[in-house]
Amino acid sequence: MQKLFAVRSLTSSIFKKHYRHAAAAAFSTSLLFDDTQKQFKESVAQFAQENIAPHASKIDRSNYFPEDVNLWKLMGDFNLHGITAPEEYGGLGLGYLYHCIAMEEISRASGSVGLSYGAHSNLCINQLVRNGNAAQKQKYLPKLISGEHVGALAMSEPNAGSDVVSMKCKADRVDGGYVLNGNKMWCTNGPIAQTLVVYAKTDMTARSKGITAFIIEKDMPGFSTAQKLDKLGMRGSDTCELVFENCFVPEENVLGKEGKGVYVMMSGLDLERLVLAAGPLGIMQSCLDVVLPYIKQREQFGKPIGEFQFIQGKIADMYTSLQSSRSYVYSVARDCDSGAVNPKDCAGVILCAAERATQVALQAIQCLGGNGYVNEYPTGRLLRDAKLYEIGAGTSEIRRMIIGRELFKEQ
Amino acid sequence: MRTTTSAASRETASMRIMVAIKRVIDYAVKIRVKPDKSGVETSNVKMSMNPFCEIALEEALRIKESGRASEVVAVSVGPAQCVDTLRTGLAMGADRAIHVEFPGTLYPLSIAKILKALVDAEKPGLLLLGKQAIDDDCNQTGQMIAGLLKWPQGTFASKVVLDEENKVATVDREVDGGLETLCLDLPAVITTDLRLNQPRYASLPNIMKAKSKVIKKLTPQDLNIEIRSDLEVVQVTDPPKRKAGVILSSVDELIDKLKNEARVL
Repeated sequence: MQKLFAVRSLTSSIFKKHYRHAAAAAFSTSLLFDDTQKQFKESVAQFAQENIAPHASKIDRSNYFPEDVNLWKLMGDFNLHGITAPEEYGGLGLGYLYHCIAMEEISRASGSVGLSYGAHSNLCINQLVRNGNAAQKQKYLPKLISGEHVGALAMSEPNAGSDVVSMKCKADRVDGGYVLNGNKMWCTNGPIAQTLVVYAKTDMTARSKGITAFIIEKDMPGFSTAQKLDKLGMRGSDTCELVFENCFVPEENVLGKEGKGVYVMMSGLDLERLVLAAGPLGIMQSCLDVVLPYIKQREQFGKPIGEFQFIQGKIADMYTSLQSSRSYVYSVARDCDSGAVNPKDCAGVILCAAERATQVALQAIQCLGGNGYVNEYPTGRLLRDAKLYEIGAGTSEIRRMIIGRELFKEQ
Repeated sequence: MRTTTSAASRETASMRIMVAIKRVIDYAVKIRVKPDKSGVETSNVKMSMNPFCEIALEEALRIKESGRASEVVAVSVGPAQCVDTLRTGLAMGADRAIHVEFPGTLYPLSIAKILKALVDAEKPGLLLLGKQAIDDDCNQTGQMIAGLLKWPQGTFASKVVLDEENKVATVDREVDGGLETLCLDLPAVITTDLRLNQPRYASLPNIMKAKSKVIKKLTPQDLNIEIRSDLEVVQVTDPPKRKAGVILSSVDELIDKLKNEARVL
């Protein structure tokens, strides 16, 4: 059998063959998934570990996706982008549970790729699926699902983050369409997207009822992107400011109805929070993937540090944080698939998973000690990536407000 | 790509390929011996399709995709959980599967007898297997079933070329001396080696489609086969721990050690 391993490692380097994490054996997900879902998860895990994980470190250091391989196309070929899109456009016609599974495994391989993937496949593609008319879906979905085009979504502005409804980006009605003026901020995939869902105010006086959702194309005159942001984490997941200067958008690119954009936005946010909540799950899993083998190899005082109670306490906490967050996320995903979308729980899952992920990543650094503080090890990147999820898709504070407010209203 | 002119090619175009696959402990898992030394730990351990069986199934799928076969049937013998491995095979692209359920220990000769019964029933033109399983490394089943069926065998295949006109398979075998090329009349048994191909991922659409593919359930009694174990496992232990090397000071000392300690001279 040893000969097999030696040969296998040779062919592994030549052929990039099966590379399953030994740590994957440690985590029982039998509670959560049926056989098909388990197969799906293993398949995506294998794909992500072989094709995405090897690039993760370089993506973080260079703040760019790899040049020698087109990850968007690769993920498109593996049918990952259109998980919730109808089959007629090239999608898989599955639900949020499967989307969360894919999101978790991609995020486990690389947090940045996971975030960009989530923005592309859920924020853009899924919003088009849910709100687009037949013509819009036919025009935009096939290329987005194949990975030829990248999608993005923009609602926040430099002065409208948590208070997104106070956005100032204007859409003035003109003959045949609208003219957009204003800026959008923190747009994931902004620099590279061909298709963007953008929210703007068609009626500046009507507060939330004045928002309309538009489909923007990269080449529309008057639309440009300002330079890429230099972020703490999720580096390589390009984020930038969008600039609209008298950008004409034709009538047929209104997504949903004029003045009804807030429904598109808020209902989209629920599902965005659900699917993105699988991002921190993947990061937590990645932390354990790094820590568990390390504490077996690293010896101090004559034995592996994994034999000491303090370390065992830490990994127990990491494990239970992951498993409990996971159970919450996938249970809510199941509910959403059967039509019961509860904003409290959609906010709850990402609130829970994101905060736990930051703590798990901190503990991962601690378990590695001095090595955890060195950038040669991935734990620093895992922490920096995890932190984003406490902020994007509604900050933890906003999430708490949503849940608390709803609970109080229901009394 | 199918030629329909001659009767011979029409016959092989409807050729069925049977692939025998085994469910084993995943190759990445660290094996632990049970404290009572009766075997290795298999509870709560990740199980997967034997890597060589994956290669065999991949080859069958490629032959089918090139138009030289019409159906790929995956078969497996073992406990109830073998269904998981067969589902992976269906997700890779096999058309249907057969599970012969038997919860106890199985040795190559029993497997070969069961496979013979299945081959007699299904009449495939080609039987593909992995060269050996990574748990017992027996490397016997393929050879045994070829003997039982009286079919030609091409083992350790690193290349397979099918000639449907003449109903032969040309197989390159990896042998100790290098590569040996054999020409086998079909039907034949071929066992696959590592360099034959690189198995595909089970694509996500195929995983979903596999849910509706059929897995037929049988037992050894259905095939009139009695499972007999002519072997008894007495003990399973870890290999002895590697001792540290010793730096020697002279060739004389080396020869002395080789002669008197290692006893190889």
